[in-house]
Amino acid sequence: MLKYDLVVVGGGPAGMAAALKAKECGVERILICERDETLGGILEQCIHTGFGLHYFGEELSGPEYAARFIDEVEKTDIDVKVNTMVLDITTNNVVIAINKQDGLMEISATAIVLAMGCRERPRGAISIPGTRPAGVMTAGTAQRFANIEGYLPGKEVVILGSGDIGLIMARRMTLEGAKVKAVCELMPYSGGLTRNIVQCLEDFDIPLKLSHTVTEIKGKDRVEGITISKVDGNLKPIPGTEEYIPCDTLMLSVGLLPENELSRAVGIKLDKVTGGAVVDQYRETNHEGIFACGNVLHVHDLVDFVTQEAQTAGEGAANYILGKKEYPEFRVHTKGINGVRYVVPQRISIDGSEEPVKLYFRVGQVYTNAAVKVTRNGNVIYAKKKRKLAPGEMENIVIKPEDLQEFSEGDYLFIEVEG
Amino acid sequence: MSYDIAIIGAGVVGSLIARKLSKYDIKIALVEKCNDVAMGTSKANSAIVHAGFDAVPGTLKAELNVKGTKLMGYLCEELSVPYKNIGSLVVAFSEEEMETLKELYDRGMENSVPGLKIIGQDRLHELEPNVSKRALGALWAKTASIVCPYELTLAAAEVAVINGVELYRNFAVNDIQFENELFTIKAESGEQIEAKYVINAAGIYSDYIASLIGDNSIEIVARKGEYLLMDKSLGGVVNHVIFQCPTKMGKGVLVTPTVDGNILTGPSAKDIEGKDDITTTSDELDMVRKYTSYSIPNVKLNAVITSFAGLRAHSTKGDFIIEPSKVNPHFINVAGIESPGLSAAPAIAEYVQDIMLDVCGRLPKKVKWHRTRPEPIRFRELSTVERRELIENDPAFGQIVCRCETVTEGEIIAACHGPIPAWDMDGVKRRTRAGMGRCQSGFCGPKVAEIIARERNQDLLDITKFGDDSNIVVGKTK
Repeated sequence: MLKYDLVVVGGGPAGMAAALKAKECGVERILICERDETLGGILEQCIHTGFGLHYFGEELSGPEYAARFIDEVEKTDIDVKVNTMVLDITTNNVVIAINKQDGLMEISATAIVLAMGCRERPRGAISIPGTRPAGVMTAGTAQRFANIEGYLPGKEVVILGSGDIGLIMARRMTLEGAKVKAVCELMPYSGGLTRNIVQCLEDFDIPLKLSHTVTEIKGKDRVEGITISKVDGNLKPIPGTEEYIPCDTLMLSVGLLPENELSRAVGIKLDKVTGGAVVDQYRETNHEGIFACGNVLHVHDLVDFVTQEAQTAGEGAANYILGKKEYPEFRVHTKGINGVRYVVPQRISIDGSEEPVKLYFRVGQVYTNAAVKVTRNGNVIYAKKKRKLAPGEMENIVIKPEDLQEFSEGDYLFIEVEG
Repeated sequence: MSYDIAIIGAGVVGSLIARKLSKYDIKIALVEKCNDVAMGTSKANSAIVHAGFDAVPGTLKAELNVKGTKLMGYLCEELSVPYKNIGSLVVAFSEEEMETLKELYDRGMENSVPGLKIIGQDRLHELEPNVSKRALGALWAKTASIVCPYELTLAAAEVAVINGVELYRNFAVNDIQFENELFTIKAESGEQIEAKYVINAAGIYSDYIASLIGDNSIEIVARKGEYLLMDKSLGGVVNHVIFQCPTKMGKGVLVTPTVDGNILTGPSAKDIEGKDDITTTSDELDMVRKYTSYSIPNVKLNAVITSFAGLRAHSTKGDFIIEPSKVNPHFINVAGIESPGLSAAPAIAEYVQDIMLDVCGRLPKKVKWHRTRPEPIRFRELSTVERRELIENDPAFGQIVCRCETVTEGEIIAACHGPIPAWDMDGVKRRTRAGMGRCQSGFCGPKVAEIIARERNQDLLDITKFGDDSNIVVGKTK
């Protein structure tokens, strides 16, 4: 059996940042298992720019952002196994993984960081009626065909879902000479970043049809066209509003789901809203010594925040490995109410630490001129005015250590929107 | 090419007949209009082996269902096809439906169905705690089973091919001439073959195929059924096939585990115009959802990973039609094979064999007949030790391609070079389960396409989802 202090599952931005941070903190034997051919994760197919504005203060492409971390990993003695799939994690922290060279490996780990990322919601999950021809694919799959394999997924495209990948692919397909006929969004607002709506749709005159969905797919072999319909306040298609759009491709960008099959198998408690693990401020799960970060924990819109979160997890794992972990006296829970869909971390370990705790959250709808409020036992401990809050943009607030000192066991910290 | 027998249609019925007849020392062609076997009803149905209490006593359906169900377990073992004898429960929600259970029980007795029992509420909830508390009782049929219908079709066709049957794909028959005791069978592509005897196992198109020799006695109405397939995380919500009481349109909506551990619900039932409408509709799927919740109230309907529709070949005569045509006794119709067609299929193959022995006279047997096919490797089912050995022998099994279903590159390569090689993405999917999981080929799609292209020496541009013009990509990037 192989032995490591830390095994990081996933070599994308989260996995690399966590491993590097753990190394920096003094962890000796670290292994990253990556299922793809190279480190970098999904960034490798994100050839557009817009990465790194927060973290590096400059605008990089996905592969460039990844390369900075790959270079750092290469400078260290962190072991990397690519084309390596982790099949299982046992309750006593043994990682079962396979690849062509090493065959089936059993790797014993003191701590594990889960950084498997997320996957796209497929067609079936939203049950679009009609035929089942070629040419229906998720935006990420289309992105891989175009940017990694060098093939054009379609010539006349409709995109369902205005999440960031959908928006980015609208521009990418247009630049490749395809005609993007519309981007449809079920909700009355886009789920993507404002800058992407401007730079990917408006700059190319691609219509964004809010409150619209695809109600039928037509085509025997390859998609021949789709019908879109306007939806009412309950998101149900309104009869009589059907519009047929001839096209050969329907791209879906209808949500991302954290890939937590391994976490579930090892008995890690998951948050029903995020689809990721329930963690404390060090990103430690309910299974001692197993940490989670990045899109496997909750779906981020900016990789810069993934990096920061992964560093937190890497440091947490390092403290655990090096015996520096402070065992908490108790934990308090965070909870989003009144418009706040979720909060990560879901609990805060009260362990005498003097560090502030950053809480990340998302709202459930668009708010303008609203306020974010944090309360404990009815007392407001934080309030801030916000000009705009949108589901597509993750927010964060910092809880000061002195506020944490006031907590007692069983307390809840509520985050809510006012206005 | 000239054959003794041409079988039209490589669905489960045609393929099992081909396997059965392949033990005789004669030349057989199995012709299929699609790019692969099992492309019609055989790939989109409830995947149930029915106990046999539904069919009207005295019909061919009743006789062949009970006999086929008896044969199925052994056949699946022989062909290494996933099969589980889990039993079925017809659940009654009213006193009236309890009466229906008694009728079904009596009918089952008449059909000689073994292992039937009417159970009360308590026993039902003991067996299936998630069945609605409103249920009053159930008819428990212990011989009912689940099977993988497309794998069964493929396995049967593979054994046939191993024993010398020639499979013609993309051979859409559109003309049959009979002259000098010989049929000339022509395809849309212009290809043609000759045969002394024809077996018409063309499913929903069997009336059309019969009409090509002037036999207009068959009328097949395509009856569409829509289904929802749920994520494996729902596995265990039910452990038997859960039926509702039957209506005249069908057996009601069922909820069942699949052999792969998913949950399948459906089908709706709607007679359609024409024969190629396999669209799913929101109305019918809503109906399936509604009836599913009726049986199993706490089933998580948002765990759907895909929906699909299949067509049942409903004969207006109501029973299976398995007999030589009145127009030409060398042309054997095997038509109207709707539910319980899958259950009956092994018995149908034997029945057709007897007919052929009757019309052809004595047929010489092959000296050596291979009863089975090489067992496909299913990495996800192996133990740690077996996995380790496998990768040591062939490193391609150390590369996971489909992460949702744990399918290795080795399995995909094998599927591309099997007795009936996969030619397209869906072919690989049915053989290996790559792309069948919760991401529905989002991640593995491009890789599978690449492997098929490499193994078949083709460009990715030519790789299709299921043959014809179902290409995955349309050009190269700039």
